[in-house]
Amino acid sequence: MKQDTLLRLIEARATKRPVALVTDLGTGQQSLVFETIVQGDFGLSDDALRTVRDRLAQDRSGPVALGDDIEGFVAVFAPPPRLLLVGAVHIAQALVPMAAQAGFDAVVIDPRRGFASEARFPGLTVVPEWPDDALKAIGLDHRCALVTLTHDPKLDDPALAEALNAPVFFIGALGSRKTHAARLERLTAMGLADTQLARIHGPVGLPIGADSPGEIAVSILAQVVAHRRGKAPESNA
Amino acid sequence: MTALTDHDAVLEQAAAWRAEGRGVALATVIATWGSSPRPMGSLLAVDESGAMTGSVSGGCIEGAVVHEARDVIRTGEPRRMTFGVTNEMAWEVGLACGGEVQIFVERVE
Repeated sequence: MKQDTLLRLIEARATKRPVALVTDLGTGQQSLVFETIVQGDFGLSDDALRTVRDRLAQDRSGPVALGDDIEGFVAVFAPPPRLLLVGAVHIAQALVPMAAQAGFDAVVIDPRRGFASEARFPGLTVVPEWPDDALKAIGLDHRCALVTLTHDPKLDDPALAEALNAPVFFIGALGSRKTHAARLERLTAMGLADTQLARIHGPVGLPIGADSPGEIAVSILAQVVAHRRGKAPESNA
Repeated sequence: MTALTDHDAVLEQAAAWRAEGRGVALATVIATWGSSPRPMGSLLAVDESGAMTGSVSGGCIEGAVVHEARDVIRTGEPRRMTFGVTNEMAWEVGLACGGEVQIFVERVE
């Protein structure tokens, strides 16, 4: 690997820019494929480029044919997916370190000072803003999952509305079926269509009989991972 | 909390070793069969003294890869290697079952 290629890879990681390193396994030559540009030792055919971009989009490193009998390998270096949690509650405290272990950047949003205090949850960084403002500033994309945990319509509803208008890969809301039915009514009144509301997983989490905050965190994280990996089992609903 | 991924640390360590003037090789898992402990794209950086960071197998074959990597650092010729992890060997290193991995090793210039 050329030093220049290594430094570009490190820079892409630091600036959270997805990039694929394509290696010709015969010669060792390499090119970098970014979302819009290709840099390096060789150009790629349309077919090869399509495979590389698909791999980039799915975060899946693997083989690529660079031509007749030319074996290539695509190593994907994508920024971590983000898990955005609304509510500095006990489930968030359990879920944040678990999500980090599973490869997510986890962010907790809660404007309520009493909830977000360092004394309550040492080590948990909380964005102390209203969820819709915070989510706008973060910029929701297809690498984001949003889960609301507060049960408070003032906080949960605007966050859900924001996510429903974005291409996030998962939306979940904590709360009983009854709470969720009431939530759907409020969101409908806000002008959101049934087809949009169907994207919300409520109650969030796989049905594993979770009870404690830690168990509920496991059930939520398992459901988020299943959606990220395209293996979503039946939801709890 | 920031995600715990190992890619960036491996690349950064490789760059840091190069900056100190050490010879460095990168090993990448490019194919897997059966039950392989590390997915395709997993990285291991090795320096000329045999120091390593990252992982390509969870411990079964790192020793052999380091040996080959030091050779690649000397010659500059990239190479491909296939390792079978037998059930007995897998048991030794605490894995439940065997598999096969192919590794690409290249020198960092």
